[in-house]
Amino acid sequence: MGFTLCYLSAIVLIPFAGLLLRTFQLSWADFWRLATTDRAMAAYRLTFGASLIAALANALFGTLLAWVLARYEFPGRRIIDSMVDFPFALPTAVAGLTLANLFAANGWLGKYLVPLGIKGAFTPLGIVIALTFVGMPFVVRTLQPVLQNLEREVEEAAATLGAGRLRTFVSIIAPSLLPAVLTGFALAFARAIGEYGSIVFISGNLPFKTEIAPYLIVMRLEEYDYTGAIALAIVLLVFSFLLLGVINLLEQWSSRFQRKV
Amino acid sequence: MAGTVNRNPGARLKRYQRGTEEPPVVKWTLITVALTFCFVFLLLPLVNVFAQALAKGWAYYWSSLTQPDSWAAIRLTLIVAGISVPLNVLFGLAAAWAVAKFEFRGKSLLITLIDLPFSVSPVVAGLMFVVLFGLQGFFGKWLDAHEIKIIFAVPGIVLATVFVTFPFVARELIPVMQAAGSEQEQAALTLGANGWQTFWHVTLPSVKWGLIYGIILCNARAMGEFGAVAVVSGHITGQTDTMPLRVEKLYNEYDAPAAFAVASLLALLALLTLGVRTLMEWREAREFERAQMTAAQP
Repeated sequence: MGFTLCYLSAIVLIPFAGLLLRTFQLSWADFWRLATTDRAMAAYRLTFGASLIAALANALFGTLLAWVLARYEFPGRRIIDSMVDFPFALPTAVAGLTLANLFAANGWLGKYLVPLGIKGAFTPLGIVIALTFVGMPFVVRTLQPVLQNLEREVEEAAATLGAGRLRTFVSIIAPSLLPAVLTGFALAFARAIGEYGSIVFISGNLPFKTEIAPYLIVMRLEEYDYTGAIALAIVLLVFSFLLLGVINLLEQWSSRFQRKV
Repeated sequence: MAGTVNRNPGARLKRYQRGTEEPPVVKWTLITVALTFCFVFLLLPLVNVFAQALAKGWAYYWSSLTQPDSWAAIRLTLIVAGISVPLNVLFGLAAAWAVAKFEFRGKSLLITLIDLPFSVSPVVAGLMFVVLFGLQGFFGKWLDAHEIKIIFAVPGIVLATVFVTFPFVARELIPVMQAAGSEQEQAALTLGANGWQTFWHVTLPSVKWGLIYGIILCNARAMGEFGAVAVVSGHITGQTDTMPLRVEKLYNEYDAPAAFAVASLLALLALLTLGVRTLMEWREAREFERAQMTAAQP
């Protein structure tokens, strides 16, 4: 018990306190000026925009994938089921490296996509692709247990009452999946905002164009502009804590929902 | 799962009329879309790593792994993981023990704090340590006067790695320990075992698999961490470059095959992690089945 607390405070609390202390040394006006430079605003817009699109893509494909894995039997199902966690296990640097290579003009996918005008490497689209990869397991893994525990009887009842399959899905299945999908979406979104490793390789890191907020922090640090880096970091931290709160609420909501069903 | 594909058409029609299955067309479209998505986003990137690594043949692959700087990166990664994983295993055991077996005030706060590193961007995590120990940081002057280097040196890398990987073991263990309950420990204590014996012979075996999986996850993340380590390492080639940082450096030097060669080792590690996890899940499922069969027997 004592050991837990000591270790926790040494590793987590002291660094946090250090960062906060340094922030309080800044005046509010300074903080605001540093955190809202044009370059920073462009970086936030890109970070949050790309994360949002990636999380939406994950919500869509993740739901589809979870559904297919839970409901259908097809060759290779178990392999895919265990491969879903692959983006968690793969170091982000490797993910960024291989995705950048795949979508580059001479890569396996880029060869066909670039002539069509779809440039995956060194563009905002590339960032979305990398973030989708990194966040993919979240929706699938939060949704799978819910789908497996869903009671088939309710669907059968809907069918006997004359509902078509689509109607059953829309008014019976979808509402019970919604909390889990939203939780997965929020988790993927939170992860995407902080993501750094995979983006560095695929984005090209051009200021105002493909520069994400975490990368800007690193740039500031390399210029030894500590206060600038700290101001940006605080903005990101506040956002991740807000999201953490939302995720907790969503989880409570979905567990209550589960019990009611 | 209700029903398989190969039944006679009449049965399938009947089942479809029952209304809990989609029409085959919808079903196979969904499966195709899902499989395509998996192919593009899972399989292709993985295969690409190995294909690019071996693009210039085995000899080049081998020589890019054994060149001194890459070799130094591999060694450093092993050292860092070797220090931070045992530390986090100790902490994970202690924290999970405290959370699962005792009731105390502020327990939910403790759980939130354990999860904290998950929700912090790795870059921000690295920044925290720079703020503490960097030259302009709180302890910077003192450390500099005593010639202790933490930032841009191995201790900083270890600290950052410990921070980002520290929830893994605890998170895997807490549910397992909670499920195991504390009756067995109480029984051991009444039979005269001391605290340590109880822990070693009763608690530890019951959480063995959760612990192993936690260690493996923690290790995979420790070896692959990029953002936090990039901030504190200082990128000194041959000295403070871990494997992921080495990958980036080689890539920026336009030596893609060598970058992929180092990356392929990390990808192998990821595959190994997944393999162990899958094995454990199958094991669990088998044990569950066996338990159900014994329960069903009169």
